[in-house]
Amino acid sequence: MRPTMTDLRLPGLAPTPLTATRRGILMAFGGAGAGLILGTMPGLRGAKAAQGGTFNPFVRIAPDGTVTVIVKHLDKGQGIATGLATLVAEELDATHDQVVTEFAPSIDADYKNLYFGIMGTGGSTGIANSWDQYRGAGAAARAMLVAAAARAWGVPAAEIVVVQGRITHPSGRTAGFGDMADAAAAETPPAEPVLKTPDQWVHIGKSFPRVDVPNKSHGAPDTFAIDIAMEGLRTVAIARPPKWGATLASFDATAAKGVRGVIDVIGGPFGVAVIAEKTWPAIKARDLLEITWDESAAETRGSAELEAEYRALLATPGAVARTEGDVAGALAGAAQVVEAEYLFPYLAHAPMEPLDTTILYDGTRAQIWTGAQMPTVDLMVAAGVLGLSPENVSVTTRWAGGSFGRRAVANAHYVAEAAMVAKAWGRPEPLKVIWTREDDLKGGYYRPMYLHRVRAGLDAAGNVTGWEHRVVGQSIIAGTAFEAAIVKNGIDETSVEGLTDATYAFGAMQVELHTTKVGVPVLWWRSVGHTHTAYAMETMVDQLAAAAGRDPLDFRLALLKDDPRKTAVLKLVAEKAGWTTPPAAGRFRGIAVQKSFGTYVAEVAEITYANGQVKVERVVCAVDCGVAVNPDNIRGQMEGGIGYGLGAVLKGAITLTGGAVDQANFDGYDPLRMSEMPTEIEVHILPSTDRPTGVGEPGVPPIGPAIANAIFKATGRHPRRLPFTNGDFA
Amino acid sequence: MKTLAINGVDRTVDVDDDTPLLWVLRDDLNLTGTKFGCGAGLCGACTVHVDGVATRSCQMTVGDLAGSAIVTIEGVAGRQADAVRAAWVELQVAQCGYCQSGQIMAATALLTDMGRPGDDDIIGAMDGNVCRCATYHRIRAAIHRAADLLEG
Repeated sequence: MRPTMTDLRLPGLAPTPLTATRRGILMAFGGAGAGLILGTMPGLRGAKAAQGGTFNPFVRIAPDGTVTVIVKHLDKGQGIATGLATLVAEELDATHDQVVTEFAPSIDADYKNLYFGIMGTGGSTGIANSWDQYRGAGAAARAMLVAAAARAWGVPAAEIVVVQGRITHPSGRTAGFGDMADAAAAETPPAEPVLKTPDQWVHIGKSFPRVDVPNKSHGAPDTFAIDIAMEGLRTVAIARPPKWGATLASFDATAAKGVRGVIDVIGGPFGVAVIAEKTWPAIKARDLLEITWDESAAETRGSAELEAEYRALLATPGAVARTEGDVAGALAGAAQVVEAEYLFPYLAHAPMEPLDTTILYDGTRAQIWTGAQMPTVDLMVAAGVLGLSPENVSVTTRWAGGSFGRRAVANAHYVAEAAMVAKAWGRPEPLKVIWTREDDLKGGYYRPMYLHRVRAGLDAAGNVTGWEHRVVGQSIIAGTAFEAAIVKNGIDETSVEGLTDATYAFGAMQVELHTTKVGVPVLWWRSVGHTHTAYAMETMVDQLAAAAGRDPLDFRLALLKDDPRKTAVLKLVAEKAGWTTPPAAGRFRGIAVQKSFGTYVAEVAEITYANGQVKVERVVCAVDCGVAVNPDNIRGQMEGGIGYGLGAVLKGAITLTGGAVDQANFDGYDPLRMSEMPTEIEVHILPSTDRPTGVGEPGVPPIGPAIANAIFKATGRHPRRLPFTNGDFA
Repeated sequence: MKTLAINGVDRTVDVDDDTPLLWVLRDDLNLTGTKFGCGAGLCGACTVHVDGVATRSCQMTVGDLAGSAIVTIEGVAGRQADAVRAAWVELQVAQCGYCQSGQIMAATALLTDMGRPGDDDIIGAMDGNVCRCATYHRIRAAIHRAADLLEG
C-alpha cells in the first residue's frame, strides 16, 4: 500500500476564467484591507518544514525520497490531486510510487487559482490553470537536485541524468532524491525551468494511477472532513428555517435538553443549534425542539406559481445577451418556424458526503477544517463573522465526498453558520457542524429552475435562417462577490453560456434573458448553465433537422463548418457509435455536442423505449480536452458526468409548495442507481497537442439532449418538461 | 453499557439503546470508514456485515445487536474482500470515494454468497448503494473482475 495520503473530489464553478479579485472578495466580505498575508499564523499549521527539503510551494522531498506534491485544489473525486502529482512527477522524473499528495494550506499568495485570483476549485479549471505552474515546479526541483548532485560530485550538471527517481552520472555515481534533498532545496531555483517536450513524457498521457484509490478502497481513517476526530470535539445539528427568509421567533428546548449527551441548545440567526457530545444525540435532540418561526418575510411561492410567472415573462422580450442579424425578419420570412418551450426544475447537488465544517475558535484565532472548494472565501467569511483579522483564521482542506459545485459558495454559508455557532457558544472547544441528508436536500443552493423558448426558422431548402432564444430564471451570480466579474450589462453569463458562444451558423441569432428574483438560493451545479442550454439547443437542432428532412449528424456538421473541434468530436463519436448503421430493432439513437469549459464533448445515446419507459443501453462519448494528462481519469470523469446528467434528466427535481421544499431524502430525490446506468459506455479521447482543459464538468451537458433526441426518434416527441418522469413525451 | 462484537473484538460502549450502529462506529469507536449518507437506509454508504449479511448500519440500533457479529470496512478480510479491493484498485473505481466502503462491503457479501454473479445478480445486490459520482459502470466491472480473481 502507498504511504498514507493526508487529505479528497468534483467541479462546478465559473464558466470561464473567473476574474474576481481578491480585493473584491475582501470588500465583499467586509474583511481587512489589502496587503495581508494569509496563513502565516504560527502554531496553527503542522510542522511540515522539518519533513525534508522544501523546493517551492508545491514540492517537498523527504530524506527517504518521498516526493510530496502540495495540491492547491480541492479533490472532490475529479482527480485533481493525481493530476497535479502527475505534472510534478513528470518534470521531476519521479516514479509513481514515491509521490504522495497533501492539500495546500490557506495561503492564497502561493496557492491561488491562477484564473480566479483566489484559492478555489471549479469551472473545470484545475489542470488548465496549473499546467505550466506545476510542471514548472517539478522542473525547478529537478534542476535543483541536479545542481546539488553536480556540486557534490564535482561534475558538470549537463552530464547528469535523472531517470525514474534516480540521479546518475556516467562516472557511475548515483543518488536517490532523498540523498540530495536537503542540499538541493538550498540551491537557487532556476529562473526559467526547462520543461520537457511531449516526446519526453513518461507520465503525462499514461494514466498515472490515482493517489487516493487505495485509501478509498480501504475505508482509511481521517480522510474526509466528516471523519475528523479530536479531543473534546462536539457535534452540532442545526434546525434551520423551513422557508427561505423565515427567521427564528422563539423555541423551547426542554425536551431536547433531556436527551443524554446534549450539552447546550443555542438560538441565533442560523436557527437553533444543538451542541452535543456526539452526533446521534445532536440529531435526536434537534427533532425534539419546539420552534416557532417568523415567516412574515419568507418566500412563499411554489413551483407552480413560479412557472406561471416565468411563462408570463417568456412572452416578453428580455435583456439581449447576443444578437446577430435580423432575427425578426428571418423568422417572419421563414418557410417554416419551429418553436419549443423547455422547463427545467431546481436540482440539488446531493454529494454523498453531506456538508460539514469543523471549527475551533478560542476568541482570538479560528481553525476550520472542511472540504474547502474556495478556501479564501471560507476564510474571509469566517473572519468577518468572528471579527478576526484574516491572518488569525486558517482553513484546512480535506478530501470531499463529492461536491458537484455545492461546496463552492460565494457566501460560504455553511462555514459562516459554524462560525456563528462557535461565537455564540464561546468556549474554546472544537465544534463539528453536521448536515443531515434532509438538511442537504432542503437547504437550497440548487441549480436554478429555468424556462426556455426557442423559435427557429428554416427556408424552403431546409437551411436555418434565424434562431431566437429566450431564457427565464434566477441568476447564480447576482448579489454575490463575483457579480462584478461575471454579470455584464445585466446578463449573468452563467445563465446563457452555451448559447452566447454557440458556433452553429444559424444566420441571424438572438439570445435574451429574463433574470428573476426568487428567495430560493441557487448555485452552480456540475456544468452550470450548460445543464439547460445544451438541452434546449441540441434538442431543437434535432427538431430542425427532422423538419428539414436531414440526418441529425449531417445537419450539425453542415452548421459547424467553422468549428473544427466540434466537427472532430462529432465525427469520431459517430464513427465509434456506428451512426450510419441502423440500430437493432427496438433501439433508438440520439446525438448531441457541447463545448463547455474549453472542452469539446459529443455523445451518442442508444436507448430502448417501451410504454413510456426509457432505458439507456449504450453511450459513446468523444472528448477533446487538449493534451490528455490522464486518459483513464478522463474516461472516469466522462462516465461519471454521463451518469450525473442522466440521473438529472431521468428523475431529478426539487419542487416547492408554498415556499417549502417537497423532497426530504433519497426517496423523494432519488439519485441514479446502478440499474439505470448504461450497460455500455465507451469514451474516446481525441489526440491533441493543445493546452489541456478540464474534464470534471464537460461530460454532463450532451447526455440529456442525446437521450432526448433518441426519445424523439422513438416517439416523435422531445421531453420538454424535465425530468422525464413527467412523461410529456409519451 | 452495551457490548458489541465488532471486527472480532468485544467493544463496550456507553450509549442509549436507540443509538444507530452507524454512530457508535463513527463516534464511539472511531471506525470512520463506515459513512453517513442518508440516515434512512436509502443509500448504502453505511453498509456493514451483521452475521455475514450486508446491512445498513444507520437502520440497526445498538439494542438490536446483542450477540451479533459485526464486521466493518476496517475489519473485513478474507479471499472475497481481498479480491474486491484488488479489483477496485486495478479498475480505479473510486472517484470521491465516499460511498465506496459501502459498495465494497455489499460487493464482498455478494461474492461470498455467489461465486460468479451475473449482471442481474450484481444489480440486485448493489442497486441500493448510491454513488453520486456514478462509478456504477466500474463497480460492476470490478465485481466481475473480482470473481475472475477468485477463480484464478
